[in-house]
Amino acid sequence: MTARMDKRFADLAAEGRPALVTYFMGGDPDFDTSLAIMKALPSAGSDIIELGMPFSDPMADGPAIQLAGQRALKGGQTLAKTLEIARRFREGDEDTPIVMMGYYNPIYIYGVERFLDDALAAGIDGLIVVDLPPEMDDELCIPALKKDINFIRLATPTTDDKRLPKVLENTSGFVYYVSMNGITGSALPDPTVVGGAVQRIKGHTKLPVCVGFGVKTAEHARAIGASADGVVVGTAIVNQVASSLTEDGKSTGATVPGVETLVRGLSAGVRSAKLVAAE
Amino acid sequence: MNETPNPNSFKTGPDEDGRFGIFGGRFVAETLMPLILDLQDEWNKAKTDPEFQAELKHLGAHYIGRPSPLYFAERLTEHLGGAKIYFKREELNHTGSHKINNCIGQILLAKRMGKTRIIAETGAGQHGVASATVAARFGFPCVVYMGATDVERQAPNVFRMKLLGAEVKPVTAGSGTLKDAMNEALRDWVTNVDDTYYLIGTAAGPHPYPEMVRDFQSVIGIEAKQQMLEAEGRLPDLVIAAVGGGSNAIGIFHPFLDDESVKIVGVEAGGKGLEGDEHCASITAGSPGVLHGNRTYLLQDNDGQIKEGHSISAGLDYPGIGPEHSWLADIGRVEYVPIMDHEALEAFQVLTRLEGIIPALEPSHAIAEVIKRAPKMGKDEIILMNLSGRGDKDIFTVGKLLGMGL
Repeated sequence: MTARMDKRFADLAAEGRPALVTYFMGGDPDFDTSLAIMKALPSAGSDIIELGMPFSDPMADGPAIQLAGQRALKGGQTLAKTLEIARRFREGDEDTPIVMMGYYNPIYIYGVERFLDDALAAGIDGLIVVDLPPEMDDELCIPALKKDINFIRLATPTTDDKRLPKVLENTSGFVYYVSMNGITGSALPDPTVVGGAVQRIKGHTKLPVCVGFGVKTAEHARAIGASADGVVVGTAIVNQVASSLTEDGKSTGATVPGVETLVRGLSAGVRSAKLVAAE
Repeated sequence: MNETPNPNSFKTGPDEDGRFGIFGGRFVAETLMPLILDLQDEWNKAKTDPEFQAELKHLGAHYIGRPSPLYFAERLTEHLGGAKIYFKREELNHTGSHKINNCIGQILLAKRMGKTRIIAETGAGQHGVASATVAARFGFPCVVYMGATDVERQAPNVFRMKLLGAEVKPVTAGSGTLKDAMNEALRDWVTNVDDTYYLIGTAAGPHPYPEMVRDFQSVIGIEAKQQMLEAEGRLPDLVIAAVGGGSNAIGIFHPFLDDESVKIVGVEAGGKGLEGDEHCASITAGSPGVLHGNRTYLLQDNDGQIKEGHSISAGLDYPGIGPEHSWLADIGRVEYVPIMDHEALEAFQVLTRLEGIIPALEPSHAIAEVIKRAPKMGKDEIILMNLSGRGDKDIFTVGKLLGMGL
């Protein structure tokens, strides 16, 4: 549903601070734990949730998210179960936008129309599908937009001014600026350079621009948040989950609280970005 | 030869979006899109550039050893008692397989594009060796991603690559085989977009790779057709090749696609049988899906997760296949059949003993299919088979399977 996303960004704009967008892997390390993580995110300060769909061959992800996907798949996670996590979350939270993020093949095999119907029913607001560039819009992007589900596109440093209009053409909800060429979990790039890139994209669109790749701490979140409409944190959360697990990959009493503590810190980061911006 | 466009041709694909029917396409991360579009532009220019074509031809003749011979396998023919069997001897190429045809073409393209670093993925190590070879020849640093499992079972090729100056990076992610090596190569590429050229080894991946690799490998079929006309005064009745990703197969098939009298058969790795998961018969036992930049037949579960393949031959051990093969299968122009591990092993020995040629385990699958079909065909009929690689790299595997100490 696009309205929930638009309202969230409008509210944040009124508040004068960037969004904290948090990614976690659905089903990591098991269904119940990841549902508990998702339920804990909003009160810890997450404004928008990215729900990872595990895939056997995540070609754009670093080791942390690869391993998280493997743990989830090993725990029996499927696309149907990931939708079920969203549905159960939505029963208790009407306001936090949910974006499902992953790769195309599981959706293709599930069936595009059936997936979109089930996603809408589960309360999904947007999709990020890494291996569907604008050239492939007929596959999922156009059908999703027709059903009022946002299709959020990645823009990267290789997306030059000539290509940006094509990338932005069917993008909705927000633009996810990948702050560097590379895989998830890489080092944080220079915030000044990122700020310039965000401005460049804003020259082409009225959509909010959120920045991801490399944001790990509250300080990063503050620095990046000063020049963007949102800050995406993924690998740091997935690593937090991983570090709390037992040797054989089972969740512990520290798994959910660990994520909550991390997200609270990140949230303080984006909230202080407001002060920087206001100065 | 100036062919007029034929609307009924099987050779017009892919379309401008890289599609063969529903197959192919460009399913890649946005970071890679500008690179792929650049590559496509450069490839379109190179295709019609006489200078590029001349250099390719020159290196083909003097570095690879082209044309490779067309060989009448007299004793195998006699032994099987049916159709006349001809081999296209790609195993005599420099580096021992057809892989070098594509590598030479792509390294010239990389040079043209001003790239300064080569990356490649490899399963059995044949493409890795061919990539390391051309990188040495043209003075590029080269990184080869290879599944940790394959590094272990293909030690001689790992050593060759290192001798040639390449860095071999074992991939432990996933299950450490070819598909994981390809994932890792894509991750490298996405990180090093400015200077790096990704030299894909098979006719798969995002557009324009399937078309480009096919065109570089089509020299096999073009030569074979000419040589067959010289030897027999007519075209073969049947063309057979083994299919993993499918580059040697598309290379020999493509020039024959519009010759109605020529039946074409691709041989997939049936592994230990199609009932379980221990095979690599993507077309025979898989379903269409999206992986590594293209839509094609894949081995996958009901949730769209990719399965691991199995084959006696590491070179066929890939859970997908080039998109043009998927299309040729769907429209019925090419028939795809599985051959089991034990049949390939048997064929390996038959050819070695009867013709004094030690074939690689990949084309041994094609030989097994020849052994099945030739006796049922008339003596006036002709089979052309692509003998795509030599078996030196496989002697340890075979020795182990036959219980012979080495």
